[in-house]
Amino acid sequence: MSKNALSLETPADLKRPALVSHDRSISWVSHNVCDIVEAPTPKWWWLAMCITSPIALMGLICIIYQISNGVGVWGENHPNGWAWDITNFVFWIGIGHAGTLISAVLFLTRQKWRTSINRAAEAMTLFAVVCAGIFPAIHVGRVWYAWFLAPIPNTNAIWPNFRSPLLWDVFAVSTYFSVSVLFWFVGLIPDLATLRDRSKSKLARTLYGIGALGWRGGNRQWRHYEMAYLLLAGLSTPLVLSVHSIVSFDFATSIMPGWHTTIFPPYFVAGAIFGGFAMVLTIMLPAAKIFPQLNDMITENHVDKMAKIILLTGSIVGYAYLMELFVAWYGANKFESFTFFTARANVNGEGWYQWAYWIMMFCNVISPQIFWFKKMRTNYIVVFIVCQFVNVGMWFERFTIIVTSLAQDFLPSSWGHYAPSTTEILTFVGTFGIFLSLFLLFMRFLPMIAISEVKGVLPEADPHHHHPKH
Amino acid sequence: MSQSRKVYGLGAEFESAGALLSAAEKIREQGFSHWDVHTPFPVHGMDAAMGLGKSKLSAVVFVGGLLGLLIGVALVSIPSFVLYPIIVNGKPYDWRTGPAFFPIIFELTVLFSAFTAVGTMFLFNNLFRFHHPVFNWDRFSRFTDDGFMMVIEARDAKFSETRTKALLEEIGGKHVTLIHD
Repeated sequence: MSKNALSLETPADLKRPALVSHDRSISWVSHNVCDIVEAPTPKWWWLAMCITSPIALMGLICIIYQISNGVGVWGENHPNGWAWDITNFVFWIGIGHAGTLISAVLFLTRQKWRTSINRAAEAMTLFAVVCAGIFPAIHVGRVWYAWFLAPIPNTNAIWPNFRSPLLWDVFAVSTYFSVSVLFWFVGLIPDLATLRDRSKSKLARTLYGIGALGWRGGNRQWRHYEMAYLLLAGLSTPLVLSVHSIVSFDFATSIMPGWHTTIFPPYFVAGAIFGGFAMVLTIMLPAAKIFPQLNDMITENHVDKMAKIILLTGSIVGYAYLMELFVAWYGANKFESFTFFTARANVNGEGWYQWAYWIMMFCNVISPQIFWFKKMRTNYIVVFIVCQFVNVGMWFERFTIIVTSLAQDFLPSSWGHYAPSTTEILTFVGTFGIFLSLFLLFMRFLPMIAISEVKGVLPEADPHHHHPKH
Repeated sequence: MSQSRKVYGLGAEFESAGALLSAAEKIREQGFSHWDVHTPFPVHGMDAAMGLGKSKLSAVVFVGGLLGLLIGVALVSIPSFVLYPIIVNGKPYDWRTGPAFFPIIFELTVLFSAFTAVGTMFLFNNLFRFHHPVFNWDRFSRFTDDGFMMVIEARDAKFSETRTKALLEEIGGKHVTLIHD
């Protein structure tokens, strides 16, 4: 073959952008990620903690108040037996799903850009599930009977109903939390070893050393480690799909108009990923601003890709909304079409919660469409604003689903308005305090970026890097 | 470190993942069996270079998952069919009710598989062993930063303090050091 017959070199304009910019070295990664943990606590951290921890405390006080007085301190009453409590539960659990998607699904699909964001996203998953778990636990009213949810017989030898979606939910959410903790911890082991070997104080060395479990980084260890990681990713992928499907079964298996639809599982899963990615960006964009050294790892390219996922899942959610309307019209079920066209969309002025429905439509369907433009996807301010719209929109989606269906269902004589009580509002605000405080603690004490995984995607890490003709 | 302590092995440092990979190939060709390389991240192709096959972890996880599946089936069906059938909305208890049990069975299968995967990984990797002779080598901890280390154990039949040291230096090893127990 003649010398210039065929070139296998990728043209410069088609080359993929480097995952870590500025050609950083392996040592640079460990130094810059660990530096965040090792440097003296910055002032802004104390300031942020002084804001978030009182909010968290307020949430805890509201929870204690609710437990000691009963669910009557909330606004839920017949016919709105579920309202903010389950809205908040579905909102938080949905946010968690983005972390698992990034860590498991993007791992299986070999999306190497995930390495810069997966650790923080997984932490976000855990903290979101912690916030989510609060609501179903306390909404049962008498929390000391929550053990009825466990698969053991009660004093009358009656077992829980294993065919109830509410019990499936208990299994799904607790499995999800356990597996997410395992996945996160396994990913942390080599990085805790890095912190162990860098730490100067004996206390830090001992604590990180305990977390690192004596990790030696031998290839005979990496071999099993990588297999375990791969299996956990493979297990988490169907798990994350099952969790939000089961959450949607809580609604879909009932006979309430607006809930009783087969589209719910995929629609809920897409919505969860959509809302979760918005929350990942809500946290990562300020973090990258505060720690400029992260900008070489969390690049424009990452934000661009996440914005594309928001656009895709937002459009799937938009499709689901329109399909619901179509089926309500085409299905010729009076109650179904009443729920969608009157109670939600308010075409004839008799609906009560149309504002919630139209906020949801604007935030979730219209606002992400701006991401069709690359200029917008890489403008951090635009991305941040759209993510706030999505956060709000996804909360209103769950509120719309739950409250509009219950408040105006079959018989007008059994309709009833719903308004949240102050305790209820403050409990929800409090979960943001819990979430952000936990995240601040995570940023302070654990590596925010998966050090060993980022090292593995550097060009230098490729064993054939120095010998292109090998 | 007193010289009377038992020799654990010889450690050498290499300058890059590529250098370590070709060194590993040479050590394998020499027929060593008790040795390992220590790297900050899993090096692509190292398993083949060291002559290691696929990890057996997946087989154990399959058994763990199967156990979870069986426990799940027993947990949902024994109370429902035998101990205390709860009739809700007149739904029957026969083969037609199967799908209603799938979610819990599935979740338990995943739960058991995940715990088996992590537990077995700890076991296979000898984790929770906080003190290991390799940590006595002062340069060793560089493996968590950007060091590419190789350690050949003294219990290997082909090990000899002088000849193995010469071999490691010949294949590009730097700072070749005797590691004591």
